[in-house]
Amino acid sequence: MTTLLEVENLSRSFGGLIAVKDVSFSLRAGRITALIGPNGAGKTTCFNLVAGALKPTSGRVLLEGRQIDNSPPEAVCRMGIARTFQIVRPMREMSVLENAMIGAFSWTRNVSEARSKAYESLESVGLAAKAHARTDQLTLPDRKMLETAKALSTRPKLLLLDEVMAGLRPTEAAGIVGVLQKLAEGGLTILLVEHVMRIVMEVASRVVVLHHGAKIAEGPPGEVVADPKVLESYLGAGFHA
Amino acid sequence: MLANPYVISLMTIVLLFTFLGQSWNLMLGIGGQLSIGHALFVGLGAYSVGVLYVKYGISPWVGLLTGMILAGSVGASIAWLSFRFEVRGIYFALLTIAAAEFARIMFSGWEFVGAMQGLFFPAPTGGIEISMLRGDARFYYFVALALAALGIIGTEFISRSYLGYVWRAMRDDESAARALGVRTFQHKILVISISAATAAAGGGVLALVQGSIFPDSIMGMGLSVDVLIGPVVGGLGTTFGPLVGSLAAIPLNHLMSALGDSLRIPGLNNITYGVVLISVVWFLPDGIWPAIVRLCKAIQAPPTAWLWQSRKVEE
Ligand SMILES: Nc1ncnc2c1ncn2[C@@H]1O[C@H](COP(=O)(O)OP(=O)(O)O)[C@@H](O)[C@H]1O
Ligand SMILES: [Mg+2]
Repeated sequence: MTTLLEVENLSRSFGGLIAVKDVSFSLRAGRITALIGPNGAGKTTCFNLVAGALKPTSGRVLLEGRQIDNSPPEAVCRMGIARTFQIVRPMREMSVLENAMIGAFSWTRNVSEARSKAYESLESVGLAAKAHARTDQLTLPDRKMLETAKALSTRPKLLLLDEVMAGLRPTEAAGIVGVLQKLAEGGLTILLVEHVMRIVMEVASRVVVLHHGAKIAEGPPGEVVADPKVLESYLGAGFHA
Repeated sequence: MLANPYVISLMTIVLLFTFLGQSWNLMLGIGGQLSIGHALFVGLGAYSVGVLYVKYGISPWVGLLTGMILAGSVGASIAWLSFRFEVRGIYFALLTIAAAEFARIMFSGWEFVGAMQGLFFPAPTGGIEISMLRGDARFYYFVALALAALGIIGTEFISRSYLGYVWRAMRDDESAARALGVRTFQHKILVISISAATAAAGGGVLALVQGSIFPDSIMGMGLSVDVLIGPVVGGLGTTFGPLVGSLAAIPLNHLMSALGDSLRIPGLNNITYGVVLISVVWFLPDGIWPAIVRLCKAIQAPPTAWLWQSRKVEE
């Protein structure tokens, strides 16, 4: 089992606020890992640090042993890390299909090749029927799926998903869970931020828990939800696995 | 219709500004980068042609190529400096005006290029000489027509290529585009230098058509505004917008200018320009061309049909 991504003692502060504090974890290739924690725990900041959108205050990020935290986001993407934005960012003047094509231009300049990759990505998240819609005609859950499709078109090794299943009905979420599992079987590594513990338990083989910017637990989902620190800080007394 | 010399010269100007509008439109409408100093590039093209031709007798073809390379490099340098130091959006636009004004003042005091007295091309001798891009008004009309056609084909071509997709993505959301692997720094420099180079080509031909070059008119703020009227009125980011907008705005401007002269109301053309601009922004915020497209969709005809129809009427 090889390690795809290593995060070493990563920290990031905004002025006086330490959003991510000395966080380390690693992701094994082909696995789905969940990053959980209450709002404001630093999950999105972690994504931004891994994806090159923010520079760490200290610490390192390594992809397949190569240090990447000095690279701009477009370079990180081309090295194989694709991310979605928690607050969706569709290209408004472009159709759903065109949105899904953009990522493909990181590895091809052939428009029809990009288009067929885009259809494939949209197909895998269940948006193919809406390929020719405008993005403002999509519902919020659909826009989150479009974010996922855009990221998939870059042919990533590692996919960072920031709350993409928020707002989905349980049956829809189950469909996406199936899609993620299939992608992981195909060799894709996934790090996902997700609030619904039932989904986390179902898809993730490992869970990393953040609280106030620091990692407070890490391990298989069954162990993590039984961890007293996690129960206390995040899941609350009402949660029983 | 082409027998009337006034109509020919008016249409020549319309088509040249269509081309200049296309160049500007590529940069803002597709690339998302606002220039309000396009006169800089137009002027560099005009002076390249003028200086080489008037001073050394070198063919305007060489001048056009020189102007394109020069303006492309100047555009790329401005873009590089600007984006390297995170000057973007409206601040970048202000920088383009500053650069254009700087160049205008420099050329106004530069004796070698004629300073304020300008440069004059030798009077036409009658015959058409393609190697020297010399000919009568009809000849220049066809040159301008060819340029505008090239502009439409070129815009369509770029728009449908991968450049069109990544440029539009960068225009709509730069950081989201970067997250998808678009090297926006390079692409911004590329779109700006292509836009600058094509504006220079238009400027070179404009200088030949006008027969003279003056720094205040070819590099002035007024020209920068004239360049963007067509695409703004016609439809930003659309292939046919600059043509439709120029067809609507320039004849109106000339008409109002003549009317203003005979009624002794100076500036009537500028007032009308203002009124038309405000009305378009108010009633057709995305321009005339998209409105035509919507209308044609409503009556189930392809949007280009009226072009062919109007041509048939001419024949
Ligand atoms: N760009 C920023 N500037 C200032 N503070 C920020 C910025 N981004 C995030 N933060 C702060 O960092 C903390 C962690 O935020 P975030 O990573 O978005 O948390 P999460 O995704 O876990 O909800 C929050 O307190 C948030 O307000
Ligand atoms: Mg978040």
